[in-house]
Amino acid sequence: MVTAPQPTTSAVQDDPSQPVLVFEDVSIGFEGKKVLDNISFKVSPGETRILLGPAGSGKSVLLKLANGLMRPDSGTITVFGEEINTMPEEQLFQLRGRIGMVFQEGALFDSLTVRDNVAYRLIEQKVPEEEVTRRVLEALRFVELEQTVDKFPSQLSGGMRRRVAIARAIVNRPDLILYDSPTGGLDPITSTTIVELVMKQRDVYHTSSLLVTHRLQDAFMLATHTFDRGENHMVPIPNDGLDPKTNFLMLHDGHLVFDGSTHDLVHSDDPFIKEYLS
Amino acid sequence: MPFEKIESIAKKLLLSVQDYAILTGRAIGNIFQRPRYIADLIVQADSIGIGSVPIVLLTGFFTGGVLALQSASSLAQFGATAITGELVSLSMIKELGPVLTSLMVSGRNASGMASELGSMMVTEQIDAMRALGTDPVKKLVTPRLYATVFMLFFLTILSDTVGTLGGAVISVFMLGQDGSQYFHTAYQTLRYPDIIQGLVKPIVFGFIIASVGCYYGMTTRGGTQGVGRSTTQAVVVSSVLIIAIDLVISQFMIGVFGR
Repeated sequence: MVTAPQPTTSAVQDDPSQPVLVFEDVSIGFEGKKVLDNISFKVSPGETRILLGPAGSGKSVLLKLANGLMRPDSGTITVFGEEINTMPEEQLFQLRGRIGMVFQEGALFDSLTVRDNVAYRLIEQKVPEEEVTRRVLEALRFVELEQTVDKFPSQLSGGMRRRVAIARAIVNRPDLILYDSPTGGLDPITSTTIVELVMKQRDVYHTSSLLVTHRLQDAFMLATHTFDRGENHMVPIPNDGLDPKTNFLMLHDGHLVFDGSTHDLVHSDDPFIKEYLS
Repeated sequence: MPFEKIESIAKKLLLSVQDYAILTGRAIGNIFQRPRYIADLIVQADSIGIGSVPIVLLTGFFTGGVLALQSASSLAQFGATAITGELVSLSMIKELGPVLTSLMVSGRNASGMASELGSMMVTEQIDAMRALGTDPVKKLVTPRLYATVFMLFFLTILSDTVGTLGGAVISVFMLGQDGSQYFHTAYQTLRYPDIIQGLVKPIVFGFIIASVGCYYGMTTRGGTQGVGRSTTQAVVVSSVLIIAIDLVISQFMIGVFGR
């Protein structure tokens, strides 16, 4: 059976009723053009938020704001109860220890092996060598890439690189995972593998996550399927059911045009949402 | 409006200077804070210093040689070929050694730093590093800065030595001068201010090479085209700065030491 890093539940233990991530009236612009305008939403513990929107609508910027990689022009962003928009970078480095992030193209360090990429954070934290090896293998086993441990990113396919990026994001057992278009540019079969990994993290380890995508099929697969631990793959939720912990956000021209459940999304009367979903 | 354009250019320039100052300030200060990336510093010292030895040796040797050749033909008009060694050693140690070594190292390493860090920027590896809780300035810029300053100092000494030797080879084997006279005049003419001047320069130039290379790398935008642009700018700006600052240091040193 596939084992995986056990997530810490410190966020939940902090205060189970407190949201993991809160955006309040967040705005940011570049060269005079507003990219995000008064964005407000919350991610609850154990919840998976899928952020939809056309290309260039500011989805990746929003994700970088959530991790403190960018600072908003106005509004407040709270992660695990701590306001991060004015937090010094040194403190942010500490906070990011509880956040895993999967970048659009994986963003693996091309001069390091898969092992060193996945172990990067653990090595920086001076975790003992044996513990590093054990946890790296555990994370790689989770994404079923144990055999690539000594390879370099350039020797892997696009899909394998994304899976290594997921292993790197989960190796320190984060309380929140940010996925930036994890299936972007991949073929349907590989995309399904990635979606299954996201689902496994959601259903087996109940990690809160914010996932950016513009692929509706991936988003709805996450909403309509669940991970079966016995079978070790995803299965549809019986009776056309929907995952209650998976909710949607939709961006359009820098504005949040939808914040709600899968059911509300598919029954929305908003002309843009209708057109986007059609 | 033309005025608005000038204002926007001035603001951009000012912002760039501010960003450069912040980056270099943080890079210098990071050496006093944990974690210190000593292994990265050694790797960079090896890559920048040891990797540059062949080009520095070649440049130094041929510069010293050509200097001897040119000086000797001019000095022959006054019957003063005996001071060829003096001219070569003074020129090499005070000016050509530091400047040419820095220009060669700049061409090799400022471009290398800008392209390496630039590629990491456009492929989001720098963001990934920050997301993984590592300060990229501490991990990438600080080791390069200190390694360049440290290694350029010794590369310049190497260049000065090889340049003087190159001058000797040309003087003895091509111009038929006396070797011991060459080395005697080359040594006797040197004073401490000359040595100090020759050794202060590589410290400043090393700082320019690494800080400019890293600054352009860390501010790269716009994919592979952006990486190419950053690389070119890093070499051009660091080379021009080296020559301009050389004038300032020379003037200052002459003012202080009188030679």
